[in-house]
Amino acid sequence: MAADDRFSASYGDLRDDIPLGTRNEIVTGPVSDWATDFSHMEPEWAADPYRIQDDLRQRCPIARTDRFGGGWLPTRYEDVAAIAYDTELFSSRSIIMSNFRPPREIAPVGVAPPISSDPPFHHDARRLLLPAFTKTAISKQEPGTRALCHSLIDEFGGREVVDAAEEYAQHIPMRVIADMLGFPQEDGPRFRVFVENTLEGINLPPEERIARMTALSDYLLAQVHDHLDNPRDDLTSYLIDAELYGRKLEPGHVVGAMTLLLIAGIDTTWSAIGASLWHLARGPADRERLAAEPALLPTATEEFLRAYAPVTMARLVRQDMHWRGVDMKAEDWILLSFPAANRDPVQFDRAGEVIIDREVNRHAAFGLGIHRCLGSHLARMELRVALRVWLERIPEFTLADPDSVTWSTGQIRGPRTLPLRIR
Amino acid sequence: MKVQIDSGRCQGHGRCYDLVPELFGDDEEGYGQVLHDVVPPGREPDARRAAENCPERAIELIEEA
Repeated sequence: MAADDRFSASYGDLRDDIPLGTRNEIVTGPVSDWATDFSHMEPEWAADPYRIQDDLRQRCPIARTDRFGGGWLPTRYEDVAAIAYDTELFSSRSIIMSNFRPPREIAPVGVAPPISSDPPFHHDARRLLLPAFTKTAISKQEPGTRALCHSLIDEFGGREVVDAAEEYAQHIPMRVIADMLGFPQEDGPRFRVFVENTLEGINLPPEERIARMTALSDYLLAQVHDHLDNPRDDLTSYLIDAELYGRKLEPGHVVGAMTLLLIAGIDTTWSAIGASLWHLARGPADRERLAAEPALLPTATEEFLRAYAPVTMARLVRQDMHWRGVDMKAEDWILLSFPAANRDPVQFDRAGEVIIDREVNRHAAFGLGIHRCLGSHLARMELRVALRVWLERIPEFTLADPDSVTWSTGQIRGPRTLPLRIR
Repeated sequence: MKVQIDSGRCQGHGRCYDLVPELFGDDEEGYGQVLHDVVPPGREPDARRAAENCPERAIELIEEA
């Protein structure tokens, strides 16, 4: 068999034929008015986006910013849903609202298929991955996830205060996705750097951002080569061998999909686990009830996903248009806030409260429409197991110091420092 | 009561088969499947609960006259 030479070039060379995208001036600093100058990169937003979103939903339901080269922030459920469903008017060519717009020529594939893909290519790229992420396929990861959660808690030893974000939440999705992709477990700390660079580094100078993203691609290419030499039963070998339209995938597609699985699989679930523990640590009522009634865990996890949905997506407007009262221009961003949709009182009764036995919960934490989170069954399993094991082992815990809790900035929101007193 | 899933709307969130595995299952890509076209007597509230929790509003319930 001929050697697979798709991956012989360096990653930069793989993309030589693609034109450069467009960059705009980086604007940071305090927001003057959230209705006309919003930014999801400012500390005020990271600390409490819900107050800002609730206010905007009342007075300016599709807010505007000139930062990031121009964009819009809808906060009503019905607008978020309409945009998620309308792939004709809103493209997924880039799903991270930043100061860089990739060239139009990369559509409909995008940099990380299928999340960055538009129809009709999207459907074919997604079908390659769906079977590996069904509830049944994911259930194979559950015993290992439970054992991991126990071992992380064992490592707390006799300490009174632990950082539940740093020492517990982050490791769970990191280890599981490393196993699924067939990457060395000891590379976990590197994944964390890649995640932060991709999602939180968007206001860095272009050269630095490119250098950091190249480091990620180089790492993934090294993993591809390792799998070419030693094929095994994991998602990396699967993607290398996968075929679409009668031939193997383009190298950029393989590395792009690996980027998606690594980045999207980690800080999202890390955030959901951390935010849930943060909520339970804040007051005794829900914590005591959940520890006493573990049967409530399924509805409670859905409610945590609704109230603390970690993921905000982005879209690019395809053409100049008047849309629901505002004048959108081609290439404007849409900051597609599923967290804001999930707290719209028109859609949810007592939207601002966390009700752990909420029976009807049609939340959009995993998105709506064709881009429904591919890893939602994995995320739900990890969140449920992580909370169940924690509550079994540590039924009593409180915030050690509420002021020292820190939250990530950008499109994925969750605690990054979460000191909990556990005895 | 009859139940069906609109395959044009279902995106495989899996809320139906998470909540009521007696009435719903999944296919090899994770999309929802109805296990009984006619809801067994007494299970109507479960069918309603699944429909009310479907983020895509893909579950249709047809009450018999």
